[in-house]
Amino acid sequence: MHPLLQRIQQTFSVGVTGLAEWRGDAAVTVTRDKLHEVAQFLRNDPGMDFDYIVHVSSVDWPDDEERFEVVWEFYSIRKRHRIRLKTRVPESDCVVDSLTDLWKGADFMEREVFDMMGIRFRNHPDLRRILMPDDYTEGYPLRKDFPLRGKGWRDTFDFLDEVPR
Amino acid sequence: MAFEDQRTTVYKVNPEHPESETLPTLRTEELLLNMGPQHPSTHGVLKVILELEGERLVKSTPVMGYLHRGVEKLAEDGTYHQFIPHTDRLDYVCAMYNNFAYCRAVEKLLNLQVPERAEYLRTIVAEVQRIIGHQFWLSAQALDIGAMTVFFYCFRDREILLDWFDELCGARLTTSWYRIGGVERDLTPSLIDKLNQFLDYFPPKIDEYQVFLEKNRIWLGRTKGVAVISAEDAVSFGLSGPVLRGSGVDYDLRKYEPYSAYPKCEFSVPVGKNGDTYDRYWIRVMELYESVKIIRQCLEQMQEGPVMADVPSVTLPPKERVFTNLEAMIQQFKLFSQGFDAPPGEVYCGTEAHKGELGFYIVSTGGGKPYRLKIRAPSFIHMGAFDHMARGYMISDACTIFGTYDIVMGECDR
Repeated sequence: MHPLLQRIQQTFSVGVTGLAEWRGDAAVTVTRDKLHEVAQFLRNDPGMDFDYIVHVSSVDWPDDEERFEVVWEFYSIRKRHRIRLKTRVPESDCVVDSLTDLWKGADFMEREVFDMMGIRFRNHPDLRRILMPDDYTEGYPLRKDFPLRGKGWRDTFDFLDEVPR
Repeated sequence: MAFEDQRTTVYKVNPEHPESETLPTLRTEELLLNMGPQHPSTHGVLKVILELEGERLVKSTPVMGYLHRGVEKLAEDGTYHQFIPHTDRLDYVCAMYNNFAYCRAVEKLLNLQVPERAEYLRTIVAEVQRIIGHQFWLSAQALDIGAMTVFFYCFRDREILLDWFDELCGARLTTSWYRIGGVERDLTPSLIDKLNQFLDYFPPKIDEYQVFLEKNRIWLGRTKGVAVISAEDAVSFGLSGPVLRGSGVDYDLRKYEPYSAYPKCEFSVPVGKNGDTYDRYWIRVMELYESVKIIRQCLEQMQEGPVMADVPSVTLPPKERVFTNLEAMIQQFKLFSQGFDAPPGEVYCGTEAHKGELGFYIVSTGGGKPYRLKIRAPSFIHMGAFDHMARGYMISDACTIFGTYDIVMGECDR
């Protein structure tokens, strides 16, 4: 097993629900309540030392009980290794801890996830839409139930074909 | 009338000069100024709401998304091959590098080996694209600051390379030349000749660009000590490329996680000291020399061989065979109509584009289309640090800071 994953498994007896390594990428899945604690460990532990935030992303799995998956990817400039941190969020309570206090760059990246997928981040300093207009009310475009052709007033365009894609 | 009243009643205390407490000052209030979305130096359609105290920036709030086209959503609807032309439209100034980054991510997903000659060709063209990107950046940055001549000189040389691209793939900007598993076609002898000529012609021209700026008092005054960011902050913000290296962090994926033909080439990564706009300028100019070096080495080391991996279930057949051979035509048709069957899993693959780390995070559940595709666009992430870097500088420096990121809104908004 990847040494980083081994270390995480040893440190956290509860809260870590999945460890995976595929194509050289190490990924750790944690429960939502342990997220901030694990992230803090990744940031501050001298063996981990993940000082660089690569991206924040989210995946929609509409058939699952916990519908959304939020993904953070970190890199350590000094140690030169990377890790992916994942957590699952149910649709009914779509909130997850923000990591902006640990990585400043998480600010814009988490705003984008909120804008595109509708996942809220607790303790985020400025959680607003970032790419869509502020007054956009037609939902969250990257969710799987959002049609590719768009929603709302676009539906009234008669030159678009009627077949839903 | 009202103005007179406030003038006598509002006092401003300056902590550095306590004696000013007794002096009445003019009424001050913060001024909100909308810069953009239509502004020549915002490099596209970007609005920034500037809160000003006099001419100083107190806070700036970028308002983005004017160029949001939902590229990530479109990716979920098409096959892996069909997404390559979409990547051209991300950073439309440097399409080749987007193709490269995307193809690398898909190859990592498929665990596909690219033939050696294709790796060299990819590196050569990527470095040519880096030269174009830095020339474009230099001309735009100098123009923003007020130096017009550099723009003409850079564009004169950029034109040579764009014509070279035209001969290579039939397009100057939206190139789509990289393919999953290799490249679309080999370099012809004429292209290699032209590239060699350019490599001899270009280094003196880089010196020429510098002559305009190196001792130009206006340029130095407007770049030295402007938009300083410390190494620690730059790393925490997730900045990458020359913007991060300007602060003294030598993070370059070509060295940190070597890919393609980079490990076989000798080159150095210029690193700045002060983290200001001048250091970022210096790094980009030095990278022009390094790119020339890399291209030369690749041209020398490159051996004959195939330019596309031979995995018929994934890679496209050569065009001439598509027109003459039935099986090849069926293969081409099936790959474009259904796509190939990617294994379920998820990968992230970052590539060092000239702006910074351009990464693709692909989630596959099997089948011909990506389930989710996330683009880690350096321009977007750099905008996250705009407020931090602009605080305390003048309004006119806002243009310098857009420029120093080398921002392209097509990539920022996706």
